[in-house]
Amino acid sequence: MPLIETRDLWQRWDGEDILKNINLRVERGEIFALIGPTGAGKTTLLRLIDMLDTPAAGKVFFDGADVNASEKIRLEMRRRISFVLQKPVVFNTSVYDNVACGLRWRGMSSRRVREKVDDILETVGLTGYKNRNARTLSGGEVQRVAVARAIAVQPEVLLLDEPTANLDPVSASKIEELIADVIKRGTITVIMATHDMSQGQRLADRIGVLVNGEMVQSGDPREIFASPGNRQVAEFVGMENIIDGVVTSNEGEMAAIDINGRIIEAVTEYDVGEEVSVCMRPEDVTVALAKLSSSARNCLAGNITWTVSAGPLCRVEIDCGFPMVALVTIRSAGEMGLKKGTQVYATFKAVSIHVIRRH
Amino acid sequence: MTEIWHGLVKAVELIISFDPEVMQIAGRSLMIAVSSAVIGSVICIPIASFIHFNRFRGKRFLVSLIQTFYSVPTVAVGLFVFVFISSAGPLGGLGIVFTPPAIVVGQVILITPILLGLTISALSGVDRAILDTARSLGAGGRQMAVLVVKEARFAVVAAVIMGFGRAISELGISLMVGGNIRGFTRVITTAISLETSKGDIELAMALGIILIFIALVVNILMNRIQQR
Repeated sequence: MPLIETRDLWQRWDGEDILKNINLRVERGEIFALIGPTGAGKTTLLRLIDMLDTPAAGKVFFDGADVNASEKIRLEMRRRISFVLQKPVVFNTSVYDNVACGLRWRGMSSRRVREKVDDILETVGLTGYKNRNARTLSGGEVQRVAVARAIAVQPEVLLLDEPTANLDPVSASKIEELIADVIKRGTITVIMATHDMSQGQRLADRIGVLVNGEMVQSGDPREIFASPGNRQVAEFVGMENIIDGVVTSNEGEMAAIDINGRIIEAVTEYDVGEEVSVCMRPEDVTVALAKLSSSARNCLAGNITWTVSAGPLCRVEIDCGFPMVALVTIRSAGEMGLKKGTQVYATFKAVSIHVIRRH
Repeated sequence: MTEIWHGLVKAVELIISFDPEVMQIAGRSLMIAVSSAVIGSVICIPIASFIHFNRFRGKRFLVSLIQTFYSVPTVAVGLFVFVFISSAGPLGGLGIVFTPPAIVVGQVILITPILLGLTISALSGVDRAILDTARSLGAGGRQMAVLVVKEARFAVVAAVIMGFGRAISELGISLMVGGNIRGFTRVITTAISLETSKGDIELAMALGIILIFIALVVNILMNRIQQR
């Protein structure tokens, strides 16, 4: 029996469908990441799971029980779940009282509250801030208070809504470490919404991709990353090259695909005549000045139309009859003297191409 | 003009010499108005929370009705209380007419709309995210109400101070149900009114200055609180 299950769940606001027919099952102990662009409905789904809102249609089950029950029963259920909101707010009181409130509301004795809160504050590294008014904290510290407050009550389910959005990189990685610690330590079930694909990959056992209110794909992070089900998911997981073409031949799953008159080879099951999109990660494309003799089946000549540096890498846009993006290290870009107009060869393997059908 | 100046000098003398009558009247005024504000708050804050946290038909209408009574005339309240507590009235048996408790009853009625209305708007000022956070952390109905009142505490205190200000500065109720009895129910406003009509400008002015001073202190307190 899944710990959390949604059946044909819909949410509607102002006549607009925010969530469409969501069927989600999260098992006890599972770490599930909801990924998707901003406005996809991730927050709406988490709010329904935490019983903060009522769905327009469909049901939510918690531990096998329908959450559409009396407020008393819902409160009992909600007390087994903690939710860290996207823009966390702290109560206008001390850090200590903020972390203690959930425990006090559950009727814990003040001595045990004290032990527990001291312990948690140490875990999140806020011991020195115990008596500070929480409103005076920085964004990253507020987020830590919010996480501390949520885990203090030892929930069975932890809901996290974009836990590291709006934080500087250092605070973000601290929060992520903290979440990873919580996950490692216990048998907690986590559902986290994030628009950061790689965060989902790092933390989750399973990922669901939410786009425009629909759960378009869910599965193993590696599977989602390598074989996105449609164009939207492909874009979201960083397949920057998505090029439309038509299958012209297919022998034993080694297909030739015509893209604007250029033929590339890819491994796919789609038959001749099928309209497809070819997806490729920029990091899978090798750029060279001369034709490489390698096992890679595809090697296209083209001219560089644009280069731009991004950290240790250089993003190179090439026109090979169709636009393509490649990533090379800054160092090799310098050695090859890559710049606008340089003629290069873009090489990539047939297996590094993911082919999806166009609708 | 010299008369005003003379009166002002005498008034200041009365204040700095802690004139027993002036101090007694001022003390009584404070005592009565503070009692009214405290009793009013004890009654109104829970009722305001109840109105704020519950959905019911006619809630909007009720809130606008409450706001309409912010400026209820003091003499209207005085008259209303008087007909109830005068010896011929339905509550005449209590025998509180022309006593300080009668003034307190009247003032509580007078400031109830302000306390209710301003407390309701103070509570509505609490961020929705605070409510969601509290619910998600497992707060029950009453725990939630207590938390929200705590979150809105500065705005709620401001409402109480407003109520106090209205109570200490009113004249109609004190005069009509208190009776302005010297040494018993005479308060600043009734004394000013009487002394002025008697021609004793100095005493009236001294009390006026004290009243303005109290208003000033209240205002400073309000500003302090609202800046937090």
